[in-house]
Amino acid sequence: MNSSQLLTYCTFTYLLASILYIVVFLFRVHKVGIIATICTVLGFLMQTVGIGLRWVESYEMGFGHAPLTNMYESLVFFSWSIILFYLGLELKFKNRLIGAFATPFAVASMALAALGMPDEIKPLVPALQSNWLIIHVVTCFIGYAALAVACGLGVMYLLKFYIGKPASQPDNQASLIGSLPALKIIDDITYKSIVFGFLWLSAGIITGAIWANSAWGTYWSWDPKETWSLISWFVYAVALHARFVRGWGGRRIAWLAIIGFLAVIFTYFGVNYLLAGLHSYA
Amino acid sequence: MKKEKNTIWVFFASVKLALFTLIILAIASIIGTVIQQDQSPEFYVRQFGPTTAKLFQVLDISHMYDSWWFILLLVLLSLNLIVCTLDRFPALWSMVTRDNLATTPGRLEKMGQKKTFFVESSVNEIAGAVASVMENSGWKPEKADKKEGGILFFSQKGPWTRLGLIAVHTSILVIFTGAIIGKILGYKGGLMLPETATSDHIYQRGTNKKLPLGFVIRCDRFQISYYDNGSPKEYRTNITIIEDGKEVEKTSIVVNDPLDYRGFTFYQSNFQPVDGQFITHIRNENTNSEQTFRMRAGKEIAWESEGITLGIINIMGPMKGGKYRYKIWFSDNKAEPVDFWMDGGATVKIERQDTSYFFTAKQLYSTGLQIAKDPGVWWVYSGCFMLLAGLYIVFFLSHRRIWVYIVDADNRIKILVCGSANKNKINFEKDFSTLIEQFEQSNNLHLT
Ligand code: HEM
Repeated sequence: MNSSQLLTYCTFTYLLASILYIVVFLFRVHKVGIIATICTVLGFLMQTVGIGLRWVESYEMGFGHAPLTNMYESLVFFSWSIILFYLGLELKFKNRLIGAFATPFAVASMALAALGMPDEIKPLVPALQSNWLIIHVVTCFIGYAALAVACGLGVMYLLKFYIGKPASQPDNQASLIGSLPALKIIDDITYKSIVFGFLWLSAGIITGAIWANSAWGTYWSWDPKETWSLISWFVYAVALHARFVRGWGGRRIAWLAIIGFLAVIFTYFGVNYLLAGLHSYA
Repeated sequence: MKKEKNTIWVFFASVKLALFTLIILAIASIIGTVIQQDQSPEFYVRQFGPTTAKLFQVLDISHMYDSWWFILLLVLLSLNLIVCTLDRFPALWSMVTRDNLATTPGRLEKMGQKKTFFVESSVNEIAGAVASVMENSGWKPEKADKKEGGILFFSQKGPWTRLGLIAVHTSILVIFTGAIIGKILGYKGGLMLPETATSDHIYQRGTNKKLPLGFVIRCDRFQISYYDNGSPKEYRTNITIIEDGKEVEKTSIVVNDPLDYRGFTFYQSNFQPVDGQFITHIRNENTNSEQTFRMRAGKEIAWESEGITLGIINIMGPMKGGKYRYKIWFSDNKAEPVDFWMDGGATVKIERQDTSYFFTAKQLYSTGLQIAKDPGVWWVYSGCFMLLAGLYIVFFLSHRRIWVYIVDADNRIKILVCGSANKNKINFEKDFSTLIEQFEQSNNLHLT
């Protein structure tokens, strides 16, 4: 078996898991929840082995590098980080409903990798031959993963806020929206995810700057990708401070979690396809 | 002791201003990625029309990130940070250093975490036991006697973590300081250096001013190597540093591995073939004497000590794979001169009567080096480190405080255990219940 096959199986396992999570949410069949978790863990193991295999394969091809060097590989790693972060949340907060809002990001990432990106293993061009590449990519994507989940939680919050509020139906456990955690709890988990993501996002920007300095002698050159990472960083900085201004809590933080993640996605893809710059990932 | 604060101070200390500045900075930064930067004035006229281009000129849109208003936003953010930090510092510092034994039993009753026990004993008898339970659970106690008739113990962890926030906020200022130092004292330069050539200066980027290095740098060789699939694997420049006519260092520069020398950093940036010029190397097999020449096509060159004359008299190419072939003319002024074709980059053996020569010829390249001198970079790195360390402290650590108050209550002794944390309350709850368990299990206390 080679890494591509394994990663394909993983994609379908994640797809199944996220469908199950959504079923748990929509039809309130909580017994299915455990199966969803098992699928997720299984997919995660396959993916971990798949990434490891890809690493080995690159050595067999004679040049050998960590599988974090192009769009395909970064998408795979992105989804891996999302699942890791999500499983951590599920364990910590003992809540599977978050799965319905988090795992679809991992599926989307894998699907995009499989359908849209060449998965050839290629040797590294000189610009990418640096240990900072791995450190930079890993820190960025751990951050992105937490922020993806924060975005899912933001959606969850707004869903509950806008739909679940009618006075005729006060938090009824049996209703669809009522089964979601209380707004205060969603807000808390969203905030914690943003906090975690922000730390890693900062680390990602910083490691990128250090790398740029060791490759070109400039730690910051306002290249579009750098700038967009800073823009998302600003958005999350706003989200972190929003709590301290009256009238800026809850709902606005949920929106900021979504807007921030859109900025992250734009940093990740939009810049490559829509703007010109130094990052050679595309 | 409340000081009247003036409105300007209040304005600059407000978090609302921070939200405003951050949002405007985000929006402004977007503009700079959508409208191409550093283009000629004509470019903007062509793209956006003369009126808009005029507006762009006023707003310095072509160098937006260096424009007066963008800098002004950064100044605003800095002022905001400075004033906000100063404003909150006294309160924060008093939380770090305050005497927590000075509190009152009334306030203790209002703590977030609280548990009360009663025992048949006397205050003085159990004080020691209480202290040792605290000590053994990792909460080293301080003690205050005669607190409204009872004894108060206090213990805390991580009061310094409150300073994490200051680290985060000042780190931004430290980074800005580094950036300013770099702008004022640092510069960027470039140098195109052909193989075998030397230079004692570089050219400043932007102004093209000649800047002296204070030493001489020589490019010995520029090499590109390729992977099997034809994509480039490495660009390497071999460098010799010469001081006072003496070669002091031989080294090489590759992408991602620059050379640091006397405060200058040299980066491999690009390269260029020099049209019609070649670099050749020739070695006498018997005597091993050798020589490198920079040659032009059609121009003869003499290696006088060996009595040799040679030249490149014809070039063919590029052939498949980008290769060239050269036609060489060679004479040792002893026997008939020869001419022959050879591949660019290959080594050929030229056999003569008394010895043979090994001869190599290849295209001459100029290596493109970028040079940076930035004394602010360590400020920036320190600021970055401070930011990450500060964020870690702010997000994951907390200031936790525990009080235990022992007092007579109607012939019994009341033990009030209480505490609070400024953050991560869920973790503190766990800490607190562990401590309570320790109290309940203590053999010296016999709690009911
Ligand atoms: C880009 C710049 C900034 C960054 C990265 C930053 C970062 C942070 C972080 C991480 C927190 C902690 C949030 C939490 O505890 O959940 C915080 C809190 C805070 N920040 Fe900033 N901040 C920045 C700019 C500012 C500015 C300009 C102000 C000016 C008013 C400000 C005022 C505050 C205040 C008042 C708090 C709350 C402190 C508390 O816990 O009581 N920040 N900031």
